[in-house]
Amino acid sequence: MVSTQTRRSAAWALAAEVPDPEIPVVTIEDLGILRDVAEDDRGWVHVQVTPTYSGCPAMDAIADDLQERLTAAGYQHVDVEFVLSPAWTTDDISQAGLAKLEAYGVAPPSPTRGGPVGLALSVRCPQCGSPDTRETSRFGSTACKSLWVCRSCQEPFDRFKPL
Amino acid sequence: MTEPFPGHADYVLGLADDALVSAQRMGWWISRAPELEEDVALANIGLDQLGQARALLAHAGRLEGDGRGEDDLAYWRDEREFRCVHLVERPQADFGVAMARLLVFACYQAELYAALLSSADETLTGVAGKAVKEVAYHVDHAHHWVVRLGDGTDESRARMQAALDAEWPYVEELFTPVDPALVGAGIAADPTAFRAAVLERVAEVLDEATLSVPEVTPRLGGGRRGLHTEDFGYVVAEMQHLARSHPGARW
Ligand SMILES: [Zn+2]
Repeated sequence: MVSTQTRRSAAWALAAEVPDPEIPVVTIEDLGILRDVAEDDRGWVHVQVTPTYSGCPAMDAIADDLQERLTAAGYQHVDVEFVLSPAWTTDDISQAGLAKLEAYGVAPPSPTRGGPVGLALSVRCPQCGSPDTRETSRFGSTACKSLWVCRSCQEPFDRFKPL
Repeated sequence: MTEPFPGHADYVLGLADDALVSAQRMGWWISRAPELEEDVALANIGLDQLGQARALLAHAGRLEGDGRGEDDLAYWRDEREFRCVHLVERPQADFGVAMARLLVFACYQAELYAALLSSADETLTGVAGKAVKEVAYHVDHAHHWVVRLGDGTDESRARMQAALDAEWPYVEELFTPVDPALVGAGIAADPTAFRAAVLERVAEVLDEATLSVPEVTPRLGGGRRGLHTEDFGYVVAEMQHLARSHPGARW
């Protein structure tokens, strides 16, 4: 959990703007992978981010972007730490993040509520809203997405997999 | 960081190398899978395993205390220093073999990581917490293909059974006992304790796929002691070629 105090800090606000390199409409804050931004009395900033998947190839790009933005804003000493615990879940995506994903054409994940990964009863097409869809591949263009097709509008779409 | 148990780093290295070498073999399928979606699926499964391997290798390096990082361990160890089991290191140029192996390996990793959720080693707990959810998708994927091929045509069924028969002698090595001191300290998960659960899960899938559990004599193994199959040297060479030809290169 992130304290209100941390949330309000200027450094947090800068870090929170970093977009996900693979789905640039959402920020790392929207995805819930920005865990903490701590600034000490010297003005040194320590950022904690967590990967979505263990092998997420976007982490290095995210760390570089964080370094760049915070350094450009005048923070002299910035370090980025990757943390694994507690494991990220798609439940960590904010309401704003879910809405942005859907508007972008990625069907949002169903809530997992900490339970095992299950099959969704129905996934709505992000283009036309039809619930008449089917999964064509459990693994999509990135580890966090699966491939679907809509039977109503015939369009393929990505879905953020519940994790 | 001090290492109170002499075998701690080596244990973590075994887990890391299984994931690393499996990922390397999985990568072979990119551009070769039976359909584009499968290319993508196997690449993603390999990427999950690689991510697990990286975190585990970095941890093993810290436990060793000799200043070796994940890249040093992946690219600069020789064949005999790897601790992976033979199941993951052999070529898998047959799709049935790849799916038979993934079914066994993913079911094994599912139980392993579930057990490590309560490890006294917090890094292992952290890796396991992520991996256990990823591996559930791997089990699901292998399950789907093994049933589709096993309960398919006469041809696909015969080939799926042949693939299982080929992999089965290498299954038992996964359950090689680990140092009792590490298990006693709550660090390591005892593979003999979850062996039955793994085999039961695999057997359920095989039953659904109308396939039979092969009755074969297990191979001796030895991967955890650095004894590997002839094929292993080639995959290590391929994996390390770039890093060794261009030391310090970044990509
Ligand atoms: Zn539609």
